[in-house]
Amino acid sequence: MTWVVFLQNVANGLSLGSLYALVAIGYTMVYGILRLINFAHGDIFMLGAYALFYLVLVFTLPWWLSFIIAIVITAIMGVLVERAAYRPLRNAPRISALISAIGVSFFLENVGLVVFGGRPKPFAVPQFFTQDYSIGAVRIMNLTWVIPVLSMALLLGLMYLVYRTKAGLAMRAISHDMETSRLMAIDVNRTISLTFAVGSALAAAGGIMWALKYPQINPLMGIIPGLKAFIAAVLGGIGSIPGAMLGGFLLGMMEIMLVAFLPALSGFRDAFAFLVLIVILLVKPSGLMGQEVKEKV
Amino acid sequence: MAGAIEHVFLYRDPSVVARRARLRLACNLVSLALAAVVVHWLQHNLGDYPLRILNLAAINVILAVSLNLIYGFTGMFSLGHAGFMAVGAYVAALLTLPQATKDVIFLMAPLAWPFNVLSAPPIVAVVAGGIVAGLAAFLIGLPVLRLRGDYLGIATLGFAEIIRVVANNIPSITNGALGLKGIPNFANNLWWTWGWAAFTVWFIARLVGSVHGKALLAIREDEVAAEIMGVRLTYHKMISFVTGAVFAGIGGALLGSLITTIDPKTFGFMLTFNILIIVVAGGLGSITGSVITALLYTVLLEALRPIEAGWRLGPLAVPEIPGLRMVVFSLVLLVIILFYQRGLFGGREFSWDWLIRKLERAAAGTAATAGAVERRTGATADAGAESEAQATRPGGGWSSTAGRGTETGGRGGASKRAPKGT
Repeated sequence: MTWVVFLQNVANGLSLGSLYALVAIGYTMVYGILRLINFAHGDIFMLGAYALFYLVLVFTLPWWLSFIIAIVITAIMGVLVERAAYRPLRNAPRISALISAIGVSFFLENVGLVVFGGRPKPFAVPQFFTQDYSIGAVRIMNLTWVIPVLSMALLLGLMYLVYRTKAGLAMRAISHDMETSRLMAIDVNRTISLTFAVGSALAAAGGIMWALKYPQINPLMGIIPGLKAFIAAVLGGIGSIPGAMLGGFLLGMMEIMLVAFLPALSGFRDAFAFLVLIVILLVKPSGLMGQEVKEKV
Repeated sequence: MAGAIEHVFLYRDPSVVARRARLRLACNLVSLALAAVVVHWLQHNLGDYPLRILNLAAINVILAVSLNLIYGFTGMFSLGHAGFMAVGAYVAALLTLPQATKDVIFLMAPLAWPFNVLSAPPIVAVVAGGIVAGLAAFLIGLPVLRLRGDYLGIATLGFAEIIRVVANNIPSITNGALGLKGIPNFANNLWWTWGWAAFTVWFIARLVGSVHGKALLAIREDEVAAEIMGVRLTYHKMISFVTGAVFAGIGGALLGSLITTIDPKTFGFMLTFNILIIVVAGGLGSITGSVITALLYTVLLEALRPIEAGWRLGPLAVPEIPGLRMVVFSLVLLVIILFYQRGLFGGREFSWDWLIRKLERAAAGTAATAGAVERRTGATADAGAESEAQATRPGGGWSSTAGRGTETGGRGGASKRAPKGT
């Protein structure tokens, strides 16, 4: 493999990894606070892509504006999902909330199939993104650097929110101990809504960029990226935000490199992600950056 | 753990216990005979489409009850069911496919040994599918069963997906993404499917009621405490996991034969989620709940079909909307989960005890009116013990395996004694 191809693959791995990281954040934040695997997150990701698609197509808004509006719409959807399907089950057995999440996922996918139609839609990618440059022998599209850079900016913003603001402090407090946080006059419901809004917004950004990278969208497009991002979250240690980012980048990079170095195994690409996951779970069940919880008897 | 000890009346007179066991057996035999008559009648009088749905319902019963053993009774959150089903389905399909079909469908690569020479009658093929699925579960269980909670779920989900991806990539055995076509349709027969379903329910109910079953319940309630009490964790977890997987494999084998075409896409993780939904909606740790919910679930999915075909209500005309059925279905599911958080049956089981009690009370009543004074005092003593026994179980004809013994179920002037062991 030449250096050029290798660098190209690194760039690919970075952009795929940053998308996984964006989506993984939503899984990890919700798990950290509610101990819930939010199976509907992949479908929120899909909604983000469709929101942009219709904003551009129907309202013919400029690109950057539709991007922002699509993210806001998706964030609201995320909050609504939490209101309707998770909040009533806050004190129910944990499995009920999980089934509810699966139910929401079914619901969003099927509503998508009815409303948007099952046929994949071509996603109009603005010319700016597909333009490519040559740096020496390496050719990169604008998209290849836009995705990691934009993702990084969003992730930095998230880190600021979680670790430097009062709202972020409330989130961390709730994930530590919900009851005590309530005693400390933290508005738990509002903070959880905020968590869902932030997680869904990042998923929407991920979904939109995913659609730019693979410009065809369909109502079931969120399932596999959602699952992969979830793996990334577990890989990094579910509940840990830096862990989710690390897991996302690692998984994206490993997937691309597997296909690049061992093209014969490219059919096993999806299995590979799970294999990595299982190995990590067996060696260090709490993930790379997760906190180990000792069981008290 | 109130009420975990099933089918034990507090009245310990051996002759009464034996009589009740005989009555229970009689009830079982009578209902089995009735079921056989019903199956025979349905098999000959139903059209192809309702038969298919009933067969599918039986397969869902097998799958749900087997997952309930793993998750509901042992508390191991396993999301690997679709993987075990895939193993069972492929093995059974390869054993039953006629040689001529095998020659035709393997386009990408010729079928590898030993499947190119082996073939077996359906019953052997289904059992083999179950056994190979059990072996797969054993191998997977060795590393993953020490994980707990969500982590176990994720790991088993991962293995199921790996099985699916591998099936996609070994065309010399699975025919890759093309899948297997023309599988003999032996499972489109109520005797087959409901026979296997009855066997599954019987086997798993026996297992849960046995000493091993008590160990499984102990693991579910508190793993650490169970281990301290001398329950061998790995051994019992493995029993539950492998048994569940064997029946998942059998269910998969039957499913393959019912739909006659399988490919790796059939066994995605959504399939596992469907079964999980049945188990949770029916009530974790309730075989009755799994059976009834599997039946309702399958029938409901089909019954919703007319709403997407387009209909009119007076002036309101609704056009044909493909896919609307699943939207309504997922809404129904959400409503059920939001309002029945412990599932429809919440860990309770069907048992014949209500009928037996009724019969005994009727017998005691006639004895009391006809008999002498000393016999009457005997009868009241009997009734007293009876009400005490009733007080230990919640609700009339239901026994409970979930730790919820809070209601007193005593009827007709029963002494309101607190349930034992809360």
